Amino acid sequence: MNFEFSEEQQMLREQARGFLAEHCTTAVVRAVLDDDSGWDRALWQKIAEMGWTATTVPEAYGGLGLSYYELAVIAEELGRAVAPVPFSSSVYLACEAINRFGTEGQKSAWLPRLASGECVAAFAMAERPGRLALEQLQTQRTADRISGTKTTVADAAVADVAVVLARTGSELELCLVPLKQDGVTIEPVLTLDSSRGHSNLVLKEAPTERLGDKPVTQAQWNRLLDGAAVLFSWEQLGVAESALLQARDYALQRYAFGRAIGSYQAIKHKLAAMYVKNTLARSNAYYGIWALAEGSDELSLAAATARVAAIQAASFAAEENIQTHGGMGFTWEFDCHFYYRRAKLLSLVIGSESVWQDRLVDALARQSAAAA
Amino acid sequence: MDFNDTPEEARFREEAADWLAENVPTDDSFRSLAPLQQAKMWQKRKYDAGWACIGWAPEFGGRGASPIEEVIWRQEESRYELPATFFLIGQGMIAPTLMAWASDEDKARFLPRLASGEEVWCQLFSEPAGGSDLAALRTRAERDGDDWIINGQKIWTSGAHYSDYGVIVVRTDPNVPKHKGLSYFYVDMKAPGVEVKPIKQLTGDADFNEVYFTDVRVADSCRLGEVGQGWQVALTTLMNERAAIGGGFGQMDVSLALSVAQGLEIDGQPALGNAAVREKIADWYVQEAGLKYTGYRSLTALSRGALPGPENSIGKLVGAPKMQAMASYLMDLLGASGAIADEKLAVKAGIIQRAYMGAPGLRIAGGTDEIMANIIAERVLGLPQEPRLDKGIPFNEVPTG
Repeated sequence: MNFEFSEEQQMLREQARGFLAEHCTTAVVRAVLDDDSGWDRALWQKIAEMGWTATTVPEAYGGLGLSYYELAVIAEELGRAVAPVPFSSSVYLACEAINRFGTEGQKSAWLPRLASGECVAAFAMAERPGRLALEQLQTQRTADRISGTKTTVADAAVADVAVVLARTGSELELCLVPLKQDGVTIEPVLTLDSSRGHSNLVLKEAPTERLGDKPVTQAQWNRLLDGAAVLFSWEQLGVAESALLQARDYALQRYAFGRAIGSYQAIKHKLAAMYVKNTLARSNAYYGIWALAEGSDELSLAAATARVAAIQAASFAAEENIQTHGGMGFTWEFDCHFYYRRAKLLSLVIGSESVWQDRLVDALARQSAAAA
Repeated sequence: MDFNDTPEEARFREEAADWLAENVPTDDSFRSLAPLQQAKMWQKRKYDAGWACIGWAPEFGGRGASPIEEVIWRQEESRYELPATFFLIGQGMIAPTLMAWASDEDKARFLPRLASGEEVWCQLFSEPAGGSDLAALRTRAERDGDDWIINGQKIWTSGAHYSDYGVIVVRTDPNVPKHKGLSYFYVDMKAPGVEVKPIKQLTGDADFNEVYFTDVRVADSCRLGEVGQGWQVALTTLMNERAAIGGGFGQMDVSLALSVAQGLEIDGQPALGNAAVREKIADWYVQEAGLKYTGYRSLTALSRGALPGPENSIGKLVGAPKMQAMASYLMDLLGASGAIADEKLAVKAGIIQRAYMGAPGLRIAGGTDEIMANIIAERVLGLPQEPRLDKGIPFNEVPTG
């Protein structure tokens, strides 16, 4: 049984944690929340210099060619630090899509620049409120032009290119849309976590090319989301751990009725419940990253399990962290709201809890039918 | 990461599997024995071949196996349908206490016969006045020359009626604060003055007993630890309790829930298509898989010769309430017939109803949900204990209800 990260991967974790403790303090997050920039460009450049954006990009395209295990380690630390950078959009989603489906020319054109962090890529899926319904997508490509409106696209305002989900005829497609050109309008929208900028992306006859030489199948699309779900679950786990630690520290230092509030069972049991959810989420995230890195056919079940567990852990920890702080937790001045915002934001990307509960049950039913 | 054995582990697994394949009794004459006799016969057969309590030192009847080898052995043994074990408390909790605190002579006398199953032990800790607050126990032991005389009552004692020996924590000094006035003995369960009465549980079964002590005479040489050191000795036993109880939750798992839902309809549609049902099943699976992979993380630590972290402390706290919730919901899905407990008539042969009736006990035994949450908060997260109103007060001056 070897269900643990390697020593090198654990060293990477220490290094990432140390780096972010120095360069991504909560003051850095606060500064982005306080202005309208939607990201910290300087932090992004430092992260790129560390090579994190190149982690899983193949060496042939300027990447480090490392495994998903390394990416998971980095994701957890970025979550822990609630880093205000477009890492998930660019790395878990856009880079993955380009590497997985792109033509040789597209990979050569984009992957080296995304790996180096010189360029940022956004990933545009949703078009309207409610669950993503693939058969109802309105965004369409006609030859080398694309039209449609994508909503709540993370990091579009700072991205150079977007990978856009479209339906052309009866086929599902991913399209590459360079953003700094005519036909592209980026309308910033205020979200509940403005430390990560979001925009509506309005495309009118914008120049595009299809990613890859074929449409994407439903199975390929699901596989892309499964991989992203695992990586998001590690980032959410980092958020959950930070929220628990903050609540624990406060419970030790805050006194009421002559004693630390952490000595009251009402608070202890709350924090124990956070620890339980975080532990379940961590072990399921291990399952997810094992399935992703080893190419297991259990990936769809593992990814959904990791994602649901991470959503539940992060939301609970973030909510109860504020509750543990009492009135001070409701102030702008305390950092509790960073985790509250980020936990919710991350639970809404790539499908929210019920979407992944459904995927989990479908995967379980498939697995049990296959076993029968 | 991979789930495979190391080459040494694989060799050990093969050796264990080979021995089991040759030696697990299957004949009808074995099956016709009473459960305790079956268990004793199987345990002795393992002992004679060096497969009993394999983690113990050879002089105590084991083979000095590593923790990961013990896990592999349990995995292989659990592939067979074997008699229920009657030795968990003796071998899992009391033996480590004897190893830590008993004289060499007592270790040599008792441990091999614990390993071989020839002698069964029980644990006499809880009392009507001391459950979660165990140290509030009142059973007295008073010195009489070289002996002690024990008077009082114990409760929730598993297996007292078939045990040869028991370990008991008693109050030897009521004039000092509660933890300081305790001492720890082993007693002969057949001694005059020991009376065992079964407790009928809400399930209708009787797995536990009340044990009354009336002027029971115990030699001072049966004491483990110093007079007044009983609490520290008891902690050795309790530290091994969660390992012994944490275990599985029977057949009550998500695959059973899935199978029940697949056999039902809601308003003419498959129940498994119902959003509420799907949400429940997904959440239970998150818990079940989370516990499973937490176990794998601990096994990895053992495999590397390290101690597992505190993450395993969540097992019972997650598993027992999940079992209750799952059983309750599956009965809801079954509607009126969900109430049928007759195993010949009930869906899934009554597993669900038995799980529902048994779950309250699991949420209490070996540390209630609330105590488990306190343990996580205090030992893992480092939060302070609640202030204790009996702290530093002589036991006989502590307010009682």
